[in-house]
Amino acid sequence: MKILLVSIYAALVLIVLNAGCAGGVREGGPDDGARERAESVFRASFTHGNREMAAKVDKQDEVQELCTRYRNEPPKELAEKIESTQAAAVRYPASGKFLGDWRQGEKIAQDGYGLRFTDPDAKRPNGGGCYNCHRIAPAEISYGTIGPSLYRFGALRGAGEPVQRYVYGKIYNSQAYLACSQMPRFGHNGVLTEEQITHLVALLLDPESPVNK
Amino acid sequence: MRYRLPVLVLAAMCSGACVAQQDTQKEIERYRQLLAEGNPADLFEARGEELWKAPRGPKKASLEQCDLGLGAGVVKGAYAQLPRYFSDTDRVQDLESRLVTCRVTLQGFTPGDAVKNPFSAPGRSSDMEALASYVAAESKGMKLDAPLSHPKEVEAFRIGEQLFYRRAGPHDFACVSCHGETGRRIRLQELPKLTDPKDARKIFTTWPAYRVSQGTVRTMQHRLYDCYWQMRHPQLDYVSEASIALEVFMAKYANGGEIQAPGLKR
Repeated sequence: MKILLVSIYAALVLIVLNAGCAGGVREGGPDDGARERAESVFRASFTHGNREMAAKVDKQDEVQELCTRYRNEPPKELAEKIESTQAAAVRYPASGKFLGDWRQGEKIAQDGYGLRFTDPDAKRPNGGGCYNCHRIAPAEISYGTIGPSLYRFGALRGAGEPVQRYVYGKIYNSQAYLACSQMPRFGHNGVLTEEQITHLVALLLDPESPVNK
Repeated sequence: MRYRLPVLVLAAMCSGACVAQQDTQKEIERYRQLLAEGNPADLFEARGEELWKAPRGPKKASLEQCDLGLGAGVVKGAYAQLPRYFSDTDRVQDLESRLVTCRVTLQGFTPGDAVKNPFSAPGRSSDMEALASYVAAESKGMKLDAPLSHPKEVEAFRIGEQLFYRRAGPHDFACVSCHGETGRRIRLQELPKLTDPKDARKIFTTWPAYRVSQGTVRTMQHRLYDCYWQMRHPQLDYVSEASIALEVFMAKYANGGEIQAPGLKR
């Protein structure tokens, strides 16, 4: 009987603690005030740079706001909602052609140029910076490990139309497949063009690409 | 024989590329050690001490009476207890923000002039990098003990925490995008998980640092400015409230770590 009471007590404490945490960080809790103050501190701390750039980061889009609020771990229902709205917003190439040129894809994967406040040349296309986070072609040993290895991606998964479509969609908007993924939404946010993304699809899937050799 | 088994296990776990990675990492470590024996930051410390003692600004005063938190003129150990709340400014301040305050109040610089040229560029040195090196070095070997008791310090921590997770910009990046997991790398550069005391204690306590790739000492303010640059955010204002809130947030996890600043980094 005593053990039962202790267990019930422990369970209650756990419930209260969990509720406290959830309320604290997530919604309706005391941290809502901190979030609002953080927003005004943020806006007051980027006043000397490019105003257009500042306006874009001052205002988060809905997905950024939700992923911030849930610290990239949204509850299941919300995750599904994010994934479906993001998937619906993916624009596939009008030509229906997903596979570009892997050689150009390799250059885009290496290149980190673009959208930093010291990158003034708007005519130079943005890079993808893929190697910052992923292992891709084996010759490049300076790769990051924030994302999974993509080495042999096509060789392991095949290169048919459904896989091409998946890879295109994943690069275009990673959150169509995983809500609050850390990977940038390259197509959705206009970082890379449709054509650039098809080159990256080829880098991962073309049997001639060093990724699959 | 005693050593053979672990080597075999390692070899079995590692492909060729992985071995190459480990060799590269080992070489970088060796290079760091070689350089650490003669850290070029020593020169910055020496120049910083001269600047500290030199009469300058419209009031032709030195910084020797600057209160860095332990009382006017106390430099020893001050960096180990920053950032902290200062009652005269009614704000939480980090080292650089406090140096700016003293340049205004003691030396008579205008607030605008006091924050000019915080980061050196080729052919243009920065007094701030030298001053920060000097003050930080005066806490070498001490344990970081940044206070978190004044309501404004607690408030700064909570704001810093929010900012750490805040995603924005064309790449959807937040601080946590790179600093949320243990053992990750960007290219070959290892990334600290800043909410893990094990990582935070090693990293936070080694700024300012001489950066080999940039050929100069960089400060914590520069580190944050550079992070936001990489995050495709606009230019972070020098000694802004957001920057200090993030430092207070990081310091909480780094507290207890031994100050080894100025450090030496890539």
